[in-house]
Amino acid sequence: MNAAKILDAKGLACPMPIVKTKKAIGEIESGQVLEVHTTDKGAVKDLAAWTESTGHELLKHEDDNGVLKFWIKKG
Amino acid sequence: MKAMTAGEVTKKVIHNEELFILDVRNETDFNDWKIEGKNFAYLNVPYFDLLDGVESILDKIPSDKELLVVCAKEGSSVMVAEMLEDAGRDASYLAGGMKSWSEHLEPVKVGDLKDGGEMYQFVRIGKGCLSYMVISNGEAAIVDATRMTDVFTDFAAEKNAEIKHVFDTHLHADHISGGRKIAEKTGASYWLPPKDAEEVTFEYSRLEDGNEVMVGSAKISIQAIYSPGHTIGSTSFVVDDQYLLSGDILFIDSIGRPDLAGKAGDWAGDLRGTLYKRYKDLSDELVVMPAHFMIIEELNEDGSVSEKLGTLFAENHGLNIEDEGEFRKLVSENLPPQPNAYQEIRETNMGKISPDEEKQHEMEIGPNRCAVR
Repeated sequence: MNAAKILDAKGLACPMPIVKTKKAIGEIESGQVLEVHTTDKGAVKDLAAWTESTGHELLKHEDDNGVLKFWIKKG
Repeated sequence: MKAMTAGEVTKKVIHNEELFILDVRNETDFNDWKIEGKNFAYLNVPYFDLLDGVESILDKIPSDKELLVVCAKEGSSVMVAEMLEDAGRDASYLAGGMKSWSEHLEPVKVGDLKDGGEMYQFVRIGKGCLSYMVISNGEAAIVDATRMTDVFTDFAAEKNAEIKHVFDTHLHADHISGGRKIAEKTGASYWLPPKDAEEVTFEYSRLEDGNEVMVGSAKISIQAIYSPGHTIGSTSFVVDDQYLLSGDILFIDSIGRPDLAGKAGDWAGDLRGTLYKRYKDLSDELVVMPAHFMIIEELNEDGSVSEKLGTLFAENHGLNIEDEGEFRKLVSENLPPQPNAYQEIRETNMGKISPDEEKQHEMEIGPNRCAVR
């Protein structure tokens, strides 16, 4: 998947992964994709709920050896 | 802005104090499991909806009540409490978040034993688990210990008691037992009912019907009563001819569920036999001390959980279903959701898997869900 931007939020604890995701998504255009890497397991439910409440689209997420990766399309 | 500890919140629960809880976890987690108190009020707004400020929720937070912000592990609640303070509100955050809430144990003395011994109940207020320590003349026995083993070993040390015996009433499915770890650390015997221990990977002492174990020179007797139903091996204890430790068979306002090892149909009859025959033959004067509570209303005024067996036979709905078919239906149909990760928890308690501490915490998230009502 072609991401316009990759955010490395590994090692950061809640709420920082979402705080940084929000900032990073402000820096890309509508329709572009942000790729987020985090190790905070709480991010799975929180990022899903956050994208839904903000009108972005969580395209997919996967667990890559403990690194959680998310692809979010800006709404 | 100040931190409020899980212990301080526990005191508020026990004393029925008022508290306004702003829970900033996502809605799913909040609806699944939260801090319960008789006089607690709640507002759930996820922290990620508050990143631009808290103005939108200020009018929903009463200014005349103490305010506690809660999240999973603390970080987000600190952020939101800071924003509330900036907006002119006094706010505390829960130190360690729901993780600390889940792991907090409150020791409560529940009774004296003959010849100077003491009986303590450890109330795991956030998850509804209850453990026990019998202390007599420098010796201690522990029943249904949770994985926060330091709390038990420190408590025994404080009481100058040597831990000699550790029991589990059954193979737990809702929480990770600390029994084996305590036994390894202290050299105590670890007792398990063999019918629940067929697949365990470690050595243990076989807990059989009629076993009697003495604690201390005062000879406090702990008598095992085979009482299947929640699991096929479930065993209760009569301590000092006064207390009935009923494990997950009988609770204050509910009874155990027979399905967590996948055998609701098979074990419903065992459960009925235990509750309606075996327990019926015991003295009404025994004080029942279960391994769980489900709702905050089951707490006594001092925070303990107990009731006379005779009172439970009069008032507990699960002990008053005359029709066997109806009973079978109650305990095998329309059951509540199973405890989080219950299969992995059972495997951990068998010694088959050894998840790290972070993973153990995650597996135990949520309420215990061991009862049917």
